[in-house]
Amino acid sequence: MSSAQTLRQWLTSDVPTSRRQAKLAALYQAWLAFRGNLMAMIGLAILLLLVFTATFAPWLAPHDPLAQDLAARLQPPLTEGYFLGSDSLGRDILSRLIYGSRITLYIVAMVTLLAPVVGLFVGTIAGYVGGWTDAILMRLTDIFLAFPRLVLALAFVAALGAGIENAVLAISLTAWPPYARMARAETLTIRNSDYIHAIRLQGAGAMRIITKHIWPLCISSLVVRVTLDMAGIILAAAGLGFLGLGAQPPSPEWGAMISEGRKFILDHWWVATMPGLAIFTVSLAFNLLGDGLRDVLDPKDGSQ
Amino acid sequence: MSNLLDIENLWVRFNTRNGVFDAVRGISFSLGQERLGIVGESGSGKSMTGRAILKLVRKPGMMTADRLDLEGQDLLGKSESQMRDVRGHRISMIMQDPKFSLNPVMRVGKQIAEALRLHADVSKAEARKRSIEMLQAVSIRDPERVYRMHPHEVSGGMGQRIMIAMMMIPNPKILIADEPTSALDVSVQMQVLEIMDKLVRERGMGLIFISHDLNLVSNFCDRVLIMYCGRIVETLKADKLHEAKHPYTRGLLNSLPRLEQPQDRLEVLVRDPAWRDEPSVSGLL
Amino acid sequence: MNGIDLQDLNVWFGDYEERVDAVKSATFSVPEGGSFGLVGESGSGKSTILRAITGLASDWSGRMDVLGKPLGKTRDRQFYRQVQMVFQDPYASLHPRHSVDAVLSETLQLHGFSDVDARISKLLDDVGLGSTFRFRYPHQLSGGQRQRVAIARSLAAEPAILLLDEPTSALDVSVQAEILNLLTDLRAERNLTYLMVSHDLAVVGHICDHIAVMQHGEIVETLSVEDMRARKVKNAYTEHLLASI
Repeated sequence: MSSAQTLRQWLTSDVPTSRRQAKLAALYQAWLAFRGNLMAMIGLAILLLLVFTATFAPWLAPHDPLAQDLAARLQPPLTEGYFLGSDSLGRDILSRLIYGSRITLYIVAMVTLLAPVVGLFVGTIAGYVGGWTDAILMRLTDIFLAFPRLVLALAFVAALGAGIENAVLAISLTAWPPYARMARAETLTIRNSDYIHAIRLQGAGAMRIITKHIWPLCISSLVVRVTLDMAGIILAAAGLGFLGLGAQPPSPEWGAMISEGRKFILDHWWVATMPGLAIFTVSLAFNLLGDGLRDVLDPKDGSQ
Repeated sequence: MSNLLDIENLWVRFNTRNGVFDAVRGISFSLGQERLGIVGESGSGKSMTGRAILKLVRKPGMMTADRLDLEGQDLLGKSESQMRDVRGHRISMIMQDPKFSLNPVMRVGKQIAEALRLHADVSKAEARKRSIEMLQAVSIRDPERVYRMHPHEVSGGMGQRIMIAMMMIPNPKILIADEPTSALDVSVQMQVLEIMDKLVRERGMGLIFISHDLNLVSNFCDRVLIMYCGRIVETLKADKLHEAKHPYTRGLLNSLPRLEQPQDRLEVLVRDPAWRDEPSVSGLL
Repeated sequence: MNGIDLQDLNVWFGDYEERVDAVKSATFSVPEGGSFGLVGESGSGKSTILRAITGLASDWSGRMDVLGKPLGKTRDRQFYRQVQMVFQDPYASLHPRHSVDAVLSETLQLHGFSDVDARISKLLDDVGLGSTFRFRYPHQLSGGQRQRVAIARSLAAEPAILLLDEPTSALDVSVQAEILNLLTDLRAERNLTYLMVSHDLAVVGHICDHIAVMQHGEIVETLSVEDMRARKVKNAYTEHLLASI
């Protein structure tokens, strides 16, 4: 236990002696704050479970998610061998949910890589440079904001063809404008602070100021926002799947599964309900995590 | 019971992730019909003391005391709703920056009239009349015009005078002024302080003047408490400030540059860790 | 040669109807190695003069010479190696997510120094902090310590001129004394030229040898500190300021 004690002391030291210790200590402080938030910890636990499930899907799933067994179609939950029941083609719903988690994570990862990054670029450049650049970039943002989200995604998918990649692109295309707006608003307040003036007086150029001085301050609130939006993104992906424009059958995407189960929803409720519950749980987990992250990261609550 | 306020063994604690932080550590003092200054540097607990008197310590802060009496009447046992009646009505507080204390979307005159109507049963017309009188009392030349202004239309000095008017109009017994002039220019500072001083004396009120500026406090107070690390290290008659004995007080006085007496280097306050653990000096009367 | 020469400097913000003239035909000069104070109340335009010199306020007319060279619309890196500024509020002038080490090493790299490590240690020693502070973040520092870091940053380029924008007004008086002593020492060691802005006549009187009093964007009086001390003033506003301390 003594080595753990000294590690803790090393991490909480007020006089860090190296760059690495200072960084780790800052991270540890944030972790301590995050750990104190029970709801956020629950959210994090659910998401870790999701990652675990996706990684070990072949070992966890009792059946092949695509294997059909028409003799065992529409089995209710808790039937022997079909813990969450089976669908209209006799596929095991539990196995499909487990494999579907991979698709959900894929969508989440792709959207996270695209939308906030585009938004951050557009917003910070518009905010810092100002003038015409700002006007053009922001009107472009306004145009994208003015489109109804699902309709734009529909048009995009209709043009490029249905499929999970195009669904991700379509969602990202409609998701970045709010991030750009937010990043711009933050940049406008940061831009006139003394520490930005101070680095300008050292002769730093615009690119350095944006990437090294403005981004670190925008990213935290962006992360919070993305996490809170993630539920909406999962639901949008599920919606596209439900409309038949996202993942295509027989892929076990959760939205597509609900769509298939819709036909039997009155007599065989579990076929649509189980994927619905999965979407609900993951969306909730992201929201809980986002709330917790806001408490830790949001610079407006004071940096202490 | 001639004292307006008696406080014994006041503590303000904050539970933080890194342990308990004591902002105020067991201080005792009373306020008669006098002007009492509380002086200290940032982090000395002086503002927290002011808030604690009104039981305005926000979570996660906790406040405890053995005694907190307003004119002999216990405040510790009062509920939040009873305290709301005390605040403004019997004890008023003026904060540092009027910009943050005035409602930006409400005309200043209306805010003053509201402050009065909240605590006294008067008609609208009567409230308006008394508000204008009050604006006059804080040396505002054209009170009718100022009455109709919005807070963003008034200067800092005028804003602080409006705050004083608003805090004085319910006729409280005690005024707590927390750095009331730090956000103002030097030449306006004096004017605002003189107005505050005049009103407090005319009405026989008690004043608690919280500031970091020793000289300013000594000009406008009768008695001064010097706080350090949440404790009172010295109490003095304001006119005997230059006879201060505690090395902290002396250090504060000597570290100021003086126009009349040029020095090559200023005296630097050397903080003795023992000051922190010295017992708090009583400021009781 | 003069450190700073201003002639008929006008600075304004906004255009057309919204134009606000912050500084109106200001003229003064600071000899090299001298120390000059600008005094006035908030809104008198004293800080704006510093901003115009550093290029942070870009709308100006008139003539500004720094170390004999006239200034244009933009400033090059060479200018920032000669002129540096210390800001008023040490809580706002340090990036909240950058450690002391990051602040100083970035500054040194921008000015093209290669021996960054040795220079950081030296800078921290020079401002009386020492290397134990090197890896701390601003929230782990007190106000006075932060201002020392900001001073270290402004000294990194080894400038000849330091512009001081109310460097102690956000600090406690005991800390103010420490910072003022530090500024006095640094000026003696490095033969720096100071242009200091303050509302506190006693602080200006301590640091500077000449002062200009500003009101509503104009310089109403320029006088030596000895004259101010002897209250040999001509302008009524200067007298008014002197009376209130």
